[in-house]
Amino acid sequence: MAKIRPSQGAPYARIMGVGGYRPTRVVPNEVILETIDSSDEWIRSRSGIATRHWASDEETVAMMSIEASGKAIADAGITPEQIGGVIVSTVSHFKQTPAVATEIADRIGAGKPAAFDISAGCAGFGYGLTLAKGMVVEGSADYVLVIGVERLSDLTDLEDRATAFLFGDGAGAVVVGPSQEPEIGPTVWGSEGDKSNTITQTVPWDDYRNGTPEKFPALTQEGQAVFRWAVFEMAKIAQQALDAAGITSADLDVFIPHQANMRIIDSMVKTLKLPEHVTVARDVETTGNTSAASIPLAMERLLATGQAKSGDTALVIGFGAGLVYAATVVTLP
Amino acid sequence: MAATQEEIVSGLAEIVNEIAGIPVEDVQLDKSFTDDLDVDSLSMVEVVVAAEERFDVKIPDDDVKNLKTVGDAADYIAKHQA
Repeated sequence: MAKIRPSQGAPYARIMGVGGYRPTRVVPNEVILETIDSSDEWIRSRSGIATRHWASDEETVAMMSIEASGKAIADAGITPEQIGGVIVSTVSHFKQTPAVATEIADRIGAGKPAAFDISAGCAGFGYGLTLAKGMVVEGSADYVLVIGVERLSDLTDLEDRATAFLFGDGAGAVVVGPSQEPEIGPTVWGSEGDKSNTITQTVPWDDYRNGTPEKFPALTQEGQAVFRWAVFEMAKIAQQALDAAGITSADLDVFIPHQANMRIIDSMVKTLKLPEHVTVARDVETTGNTSAASIPLAMERLLATGQAKSGDTALVIGFGAGLVYAATVVTLP
Repeated sequence: MAATQEEIVSGLAEIVNEIAGIPVEDVQLDKSFTDDLDVDSLSMVEVVVAAEERFDVKIPDDDVKNLKTVGDAADYIAKHQA
């Protein structure tokens, strides 16, 4: 039997740079109220959301990803040619084949990297980050671009008063590269497929094509069930990620949960008993829920506004449709 | 040992006070969580989870929507507690 040479990777991996893109159009609650019977006060009290960004026809999944990637690559201090892998997490790129990752890789000038899309809902960033870390440490790529991107406005039922106000559009990207120190902790991740109906697309595309129903598919969820799972079950996962990284909440500088809803964020912080000194991402107020894009977008904003700084220790946790989740401790770029 | 109805109601009152800031004396059997006590659907989930821990009872999501009043919740807990 021939002896196969093992791959040579980096000792560890880290997030080297982050970038985001928010569509130009800012949509206040007043616009949402044109199609649902509700109020600004009700929307704010249930979600903490005041405004969100909705993409124009020109702000495609690829375009937003390319903008975010350019910033992340510049922030990482590398060139596009050095990118050896592009991972895109999205549920709202409507051309399923080929993977949008290949178009993005080409248009940013990355040459011929491995490029593929993943579907992990609002946990997509953590799933992509974990794959990227594996690629860098295993040696199949030196630098990997991880992109979370969504145009959830395309999957929003504007007449559903429970969800019309929730979703937004945008892209967030990070570059993962080699490190001499562990700067991305062990990932605690998983799925609970028995709860697949709690967050889902209303109907599959083929049902819509066949005419039942006539309404375009949209995202729908069971609010109370999702809230209970997100707050109380995900707080346990967040704690497990801290334990796996060998730290406690006292060691944390920043907490970046998926920006689903301010009420979920507030309750998670309470349930986790996070110390006062921990900065909590609350980007959902002006960005809405952007699914896979929410964590890198929130990370970029915390760093850009000085609320967090390079070298800070952050707990990130994504959770959503599947149900799926992924939590890990990272050092901010 | 199973809690009495009186203990359940006073426990619920403390929970509602903690979560929604409602004075404990306002939490009476006939009060509606949403209409009288300002406990919205999401806060109700927090109340339910706290009640589960306190009274060692499981309240599935499907049953939560039937708990309209403090009395509904107290009866449910009395019937299902371990």
